[in-house]
Amino acid sequence: MENNNKVAGNEVFSLSNMSVHYGESLAVDGVNLPIYENEITAMIGPSGCGKSTVLRSLNRMNDLIPGAKVGGQVLYHGQDMYGPEVDPVQVRKLIGMVFQKPNPFPKSIYDNVAFGPQTLGMKGDMDEIVEGALKKAALWDDVKDRLKDNAFGMSGGQQQRLCIARAIAVKPDVILMDEPCSALDPISTFKIEDLMMELKKDYTIVIVTHNMQQAARVADRTAFFTVDTERGEGSRVGQLVEFDETSKIFSNPADSRTLDYVTGKFG
Amino acid sequence: MSQGIPKRASGAAMAAAAVTQNIYKGANNKALVGGIMFRLLLLSALGIAMIAILAVIAWALVEGAARVNVGLFVNNPSSFRPEEAGYRPAILGTVQLIAGVILLIVPLGVGAATYLELFADRTRWYNRLIELNIQNLAGVPSIVFGILGLAFIVRGVFDLGFVVAAGSATIAILVLPTVILASREAIRAVPSSLLDGAMALGATRLQAVRKMVLPSAAPGMLTGVILAVARAIGEAAPLLLVGAATFVTFDPNFWQDGYSALPVMIYNYAGRPQEEFHTLAAAGVLVMLVVLFFINSIAVWLRARYERTW
Amino acid sequence: MSSSIQGARSGSTANSLRAPSFRLGERIVIGLLFGAAAISVGVTIAIVISLFAPLPGFFEYVNPWDFLTGTLWAPSFADASFGVLPLVAGTLQVVFYAMLVGIPLGLGAAIYLSEYAGNGVRKIVKPILEVLEGLPTVATGLFAVFWLKPWIQESTPFLEWTSPFSIGVAGLTVGIITIPLIASVSDDAMRAVPMALREGAYALGATKMRVALKVVLPAAISGIVASFVLGASRAIGETMVVLLVAGGGSPQLKIGFTEPAGAMTAFIASRATGEIATGTIDYYSIFAVGALLFLMTLIMNMIAIRFVNKFREVYD
Repeated sequence: MENNNKVAGNEVFSLSNMSVHYGESLAVDGVNLPIYENEITAMIGPSGCGKSTVLRSLNRMNDLIPGAKVGGQVLYHGQDMYGPEVDPVQVRKLIGMVFQKPNPFPKSIYDNVAFGPQTLGMKGDMDEIVEGALKKAALWDDVKDRLKDNAFGMSGGQQQRLCIARAIAVKPDVILMDEPCSALDPISTFKIEDLMMELKKDYTIVIVTHNMQQAARVADRTAFFTVDTERGEGSRVGQLVEFDETSKIFSNPADSRTLDYVTGKFG
Repeated sequence: MSQGIPKRASGAAMAAAAVTQNIYKGANNKALVGGIMFRLLLLSALGIAMIAILAVIAWALVEGAARVNVGLFVNNPSSFRPEEAGYRPAILGTVQLIAGVILLIVPLGVGAATYLELFADRTRWYNRLIELNIQNLAGVPSIVFGILGLAFIVRGVFDLGFVVAAGSATIAILVLPTVILASREAIRAVPSSLLDGAMALGATRLQAVRKMVLPSAAPGMLTGVILAVARAIGEAAPLLLVGAATFVTFDPNFWQDGYSALPVMIYNYAGRPQEEFHTLAAAGVLVMLVVLFFINSIAVWLRARYERTW
Repeated sequence: MSSSIQGARSGSTANSLRAPSFRLGERIVIGLLFGAAAISVGVTIAIVISLFAPLPGFFEYVNPWDFLTGTLWAPSFADASFGVLPLVAGTLQVVFYAMLVGIPLGLGAAIYLSEYAGNGVRKIVKPILEVLEGLPTVATGLFAVFWLKPWIQESTPFLEWTSPFSIGVAGLTVGIITIPLIASVSDDAMRAVPMALREGAYALGATKMRVALKVVLPAAISGIVASFVLGASRAIGETMVVLLVAGGGSPQLKIGFTEPAGAMTAFIASRATGEIATGTIDYYSIFAVGALLFLMTLIMNMIAIRFVNKFREVYD
C-alpha cells in the first residue's frame, strides 16, 4: 500500500493522558493521541466508546454541556487548549465542526455561508467569500442560481455540504466532523468523502465515523476506541485502544480487540 | 387460533370456543356501558367549561348589546345620567396602561427568559433561586401585587402617586412570570443544533443567541406577550389599590394623578343601584370581550403561522 | 516531527487561542439579562417588605393573638375590632365550594384530554380551556351576580335566600375559573406517565377506563394533588368574583351557602377603594390581611411546586 510509512507532518493536536468527565461520571480516560497536519484522522469504535466526546473536546464544544470537564492535556500547535488564558470562542474560530445531522440555519443558502464571516467581522468581499467557500465544498454549481433560497429546501447531502462550506468560510485550520454521513444516502456519502480528500490539502480533518469502510477509504490514520470492560460493573468508560496508519489498523492491528472489531466480530 | 380447534370439531364445540374467545364488541356489555358512561362523564366536564364561556358571552350580549353605541366610547362617565355615560377616560386609561405594560414586559420578560434558558448555569444556587422564585410569583394572588404597587410604586420607593404609570408597573410585574414562562418555552422549542452550529463557527454565545436562537423563538415569544396583554386588559383587582378606582371625567395622562381603566370602570358602574348602570356595565364587558377575542385570535394565528416542526 | 517548526507555529498569531478582546459589550449585555431575571427576586423581596413592614404599626394597636383568633371584624366601628376569622372563614368557604366544582370537572377534563382525546380534539379543547382561563374575572363575576345567582336562587327555593349576596355562588363561580388550571396541570402529570405502563395494563386486557383510573391516575397522583393545591391557592387569591358575588360581608363569622361573607381578598379590595389615610389602623389592616393571604398562598404554592417537581423527576 502506498500509504505505508507515511511521513508525519506537524502535530496539530497532541492529546496526552486526556480524560473527560460528565459531572461525576468518567466518559473517556487515558487518551494519548497525536493528530497530524493536512491529514484525515478517523476515530472509530462501538457506540459509547467516547469517540464523539474526544472530538468535541478538540474545539471545546464540550464546554456547552453542563458539568463536562476535560482532564490531562490537549495541546493545539503546542498551546494548552484548556489553559486559563484560552478563549473557547477563538478556539472554535480556528477549529470548525460539522455535525452528525445537517444543521443549516433557517436562512438563505447565501446567508448560511456568510453568517460566520459576518459574525467574525472578516474583511473582504462577502460575495467572493461565499462563492469561494461554496466552490471548495463542491456545491457552487448546484446552488449558484438559487443562493437566496432557503437552505431547508436542499437535499440532505447538499445541506451537509453547505454546513461544510459554512465551516470553510471562516477560514479554519482544522475541520472536525462528527459522523457527517450517518444521515445521508450512499451517493451523497461518496460526494462528501471526495470532498474530504480534496479539503485535506488545505485543512487538517478529524472525523468520527460508525462506518469502518469510510474510515478505510478516506483516513490517513485511524484511532480505535472501545469501552473499557475491566473497570467493574456498570461503568462505561471509553478508552483508546490503538492508533496507527489506517492500512495497519485494518490489515494488521497490534491489538486483538481492534482485529475483532474491524473483522466484524463485535461492535 | 384455528390450530386450537380440531378440524372435525362439532358445531357445539365451535360455539363453545366462540363464547370464550369472542374478540368482538359486545363481549362484555357491562364494561362497555361503563366505559361509555365514564367517557360521557368526562365530556360533561368539558361541556360545563364550554357552557360557562358561552353563558358569560351570552349575558354580555343580551344585557349589553343594545347599549353599544358611539357614546359608549366617546362619552365621559356620569353619576346621574347612565343613558349618556360612557367609557372614554377608562378606555384611554387602559390603552395607556397597556402601552406601559408592553414597554416593561418585553425587555424584562425576554431578557429574563433568555438568561435563564441560554446563559444560566443551573448548578449555581442563585439561578435555581431565581427559577423557584418565578414559579412562586406566578401563584401570588393579584391583589397582593396591588398592595405592592400601593406601598412601593404609588408611595414608598418610587412615589409615583396614583398615576397610569404606577398602574402599568403594577400590572407589568403581575404578568411578568407568565411572559417569562412563555418565552422560555419558545426558546426551548428552538433546536440546540442552531446554537451549536453558530458557536462552532466561532460566534460567541451572545452572537449565536442574538442572531440565531432569538429570531427563531420570536414568534413564540410574541404569542406569550400578546396573551399576557390579554390578561392585563381584564385585570381589575390590583388596579383598585393603585388609583384606577377614582371616578374621573377627564382624559388621563400617563404621569398625572387620576385615571381609570376599563375593567375597574365596569366594576364601578355595576355597583350602582340603577338598572341602566348595569346595562352600561354589560356593554363595557361586551367591548372588553370583543377586544380580547381579537387579541387572542392574533395569538392563535401567530402560533399556527410560525409553528415549525424542526 | 520537527519540534522547532511546531514551536514557531505556536508563537505565531495565526493560531493564537487568546481572546482578541475583552468583549466588554457582551459582558454588559449578559449582565443586563441576568438583571432582568434577578428582578423577580427583587419583586418578591419588595412584596415581603411592603406586606410585613407595616405590621409592627398594626400590632401596636391589635394583639396578634386577637387578630388571629378574634371572630369580629369591624375595622370602622367606633369600638373597632380586628379579629380576622370572619374573613378567613369567608375565604375558606369560597375554596370549599370552588373545589367542589373545580376538582371533579378539572380532573375529568384532564383525564379526557390525556387518555381519550386524539391530537385533533386536543387542538380544539385546549384553546377552549385557555379562553375560560382568560375571561376577565369582572365579566365572570357580573355574569354570576346578574344571571347565575338568580337562577340558582330560583332552582333552590328550599334554601333560605335573604341577601343579594351569596358566598356559595361566589365559590361555585370561582370553581369554574379554576377548571383550566387544574385540568392543565393534571393533564401534564398524566401525560408524563410512560406509555409502557399503560401498554402493560392493556396487555392484561384492561379497559380504557380501568387503565385511566387504576394505572394512570395513581402514577400521576403527585401532579394531580399539585393541581388541586394550585386550584385552591387560585381560589384563595380570587378577588373580583368574590367581591361582586359574596359582597363586602358582615363583621360576624357566618357560615352557609346563601350568606354574604367577606373574604380576605374582597376586604382588601373594598377597603383600598375608599379614601383611607395613610398610617391609620384602618390602612394597616389591609397589610395585615394581605400578609396572611400571601403566607397562605405561598405555603400552598411551595407544596404544589414540590409535588410537580417530584413527578418531573420520576418520569423525566
